[in-house]
Amino acid sequence: MTATERPPATAPAPAAEGGEKANAFVGLSRVMLLGFLRDKGTLFFTLALPLMFLLLFGVLYKGGGTSHVKVAEIGQVKILDEARAHAEGSLDALEITTGLSEADALAKVRKGDLDGLVAEGPNGTLVLRFSQADQVKSATVQGIVNSLVDGANQAASNAPAKYTLDASKVEDDSTKPIQYLTPGLLAYAVAMGAVYGASFTLVTWRKKRVLRRLRLAPISAGTIVGARVLVSVLVALAQTGLFLMVARIDYFGLKLTGNWWLVLPLVVCATLAFMSIGLVTGSLAKTEESANGMNQLIILPMSFLGGAFIPLDFAPSWLQDVSRALPLRYLIVPAKSVLSQGGGLAEALPAMGILLGFTAVLCAVAWRFFNWDDA
Amino acid sequence: MSEAITADGIRKRYGDVQAVDGVSLSVATGEFYGLLGPNGAGKTTTLEILEGIREADEGRVELLGLSPWPRNPKLLPRIGVQFQASAFFNKLSARETIRTFASFYGIGPRAADAMLERVGLTESANVLTDKMSGGQAQRLSIACALVHDPELVFLDEPTTGLDPQARRNLWDLLRDINAEGRTVVLTTHYLDEAEVLCDRVSVMDHGKVLRTGAPAALVREIDDTVRVRIESGLLTVARARELLTAAGAVHSNLEDDGVTLALSTAEPGPVLSVLAEQNALRGLEVRGATLEDVFLQLTGREYRA
Repeated sequence: MTATERPPATAPAPAAEGGEKANAFVGLSRVMLLGFLRDKGTLFFTLALPLMFLLLFGVLYKGGGTSHVKVAEIGQVKILDEARAHAEGSLDALEITTGLSEADALAKVRKGDLDGLVAEGPNGTLVLRFSQADQVKSATVQGIVNSLVDGANQAASNAPAKYTLDASKVEDDSTKPIQYLTPGLLAYAVAMGAVYGASFTLVTWRKKRVLRRLRLAPISAGTIVGARVLVSVLVALAQTGLFLMVARIDYFGLKLTGNWWLVLPLVVCATLAFMSIGLVTGSLAKTEESANGMNQLIILPMSFLGGAFIPLDFAPSWLQDVSRALPLRYLIVPAKSVLSQGGGLAEALPAMGILLGFTAVLCAVAWRFFNWDDA
Repeated sequence: MSEAITADGIRKRYGDVQAVDGVSLSVATGEFYGLLGPNGAGKTTTLEILEGIREADEGRVELLGLSPWPRNPKLLPRIGVQFQASAFFNKLSARETIRTFASFYGIGPRAADAMLERVGLTESANVLTDKMSGGQAQRLSIACALVHDPELVFLDEPTTGLDPQARRNLWDLLRDINAEGRTVVLTTHYLDEAEVLCDRVSVMDHGKVLRTGAPAALVREIDDTVRVRIESGLLTVARARELLTAAGAVHSNLEDDGVTLALSTAEPGPVLSVLAEQNALRGLEVRGATLEDVFLQLTGREYRA
């Protein structure tokens, strides 16, 4: 890949009589595509595994968002029974068990089998015992019981309620885990495919002296890089198509919004950024084993920190800052927005620019360490 | 005859090691030239500098009148380089491999298949390269080096690891390539191979060319005695010595190990006529020095890296 390199003026083709011609770019792209399709390990890690993650998490998180709390009713608790008789909405999140003794119920709360127990105390007190082991559930159970007490007090005062609370989620009602799982796991899949594609091509070809052989053929570095980019982009788009198909089946129910197609240029830019990571590891590593180690050391933390498996919305701010230094975030966040939250060019374009910036910087680093030969 | 390769005073140093220490050589167009030397002699580095893979620290190289360094896209289609057998793409069959290499030179699949036929791999065309036998892989790597019909071919130990049949077949192929007018540069550890194939060889060691010439000329240069052997029991050692001395046949090292009666001489004629008179020619062998003797005399016998 020297600067002086250029394609030959005309490739002499003495043996290619009868107008039969062949093209180095096509030939190389074919080689790389076949190498990908025929390698079961690569197919598994770039297509099957991320898809399995999507299915698994999709099933696990389905119906997530509302957390049920389990409480035991000790003896007769009037407030609870009345509320239940009126079928108040807040009780939906409450699963009530009856018929337990107070001591048994307390033991279960301690063990975490129950989230709380409710009993009537003297002088109109309502006794609530809960465990703080799960903070979300302890807050939920307190909130629900508190509102029951408030409601009962207000009813007892016989006055109409002066203020009522009208609370609703910011997210559209259709917000489902699949909406953040799809872009997150897709980004993970694309990162795996592109990083490994670039780094293994470089390492194996160098090790097997194919790079040296290519250098002795009248083809330019641009042809080699171009073929690799084409194949990696094709793989990434195939991953995208597959993910969207699976996410959109009724069971998972991903609903695409207007500008969802912007995910395609986003994926292409991200592929370039991830490939350039692969070029760096492929230039540094001498063997497939060490390239594999470096790739995992980059992809896994980047996926966790970048929000591929866990949505960043709930992450602490320092983690948000770390994620901003990693290219993965710039695929996940805008992809989520354009896919299902009505985002458009305003979300996609800046991220695409940043991804291309990562590409430029990483390619420069790779160039610094690149070697045709391991000798 | 014009020169296909001229190298003048090339040197290359890796750290403390002077891998190539002032090599000059020239190879004529159409010549079959061998580069010989023990491991670590500097053959590979010399070859890499000639091919244009490495830059020499000093010296000048011209291939077909052009400089191979820096990488010269005008020169590349005119030279063919065969690597040791594993330089293939992953997960590709023999046919896909040669078609891919052909495509780099703008050559279509039909011509690529014809080259596969020529090295006898048509039947194995669908075998993946990592499943091929050593001989098949070697033949494929040669086919890949020849697919664009180069004028100058570099072959790096093409017969290493082959059985005698495969080796002889490959020799035929290499002779044909050369007979078509291509210049061939060969490195090998098999000195019989160099002796059979090469018009001229250079013996290298410690980064220098020690001797260059036709194999037969090099052999004659070091040693003009031949070893004559017959079956044991036809003549006793004492009787043989008596007869040979009487006939004035100069000889030395006369000995009988119970299987073979052997002697060395610079003039085999009188010795052979004495033996013929005695009707003692059963099992006769007359053997001169070989290129291997030249090689060992020039480079010594200690083990190399």
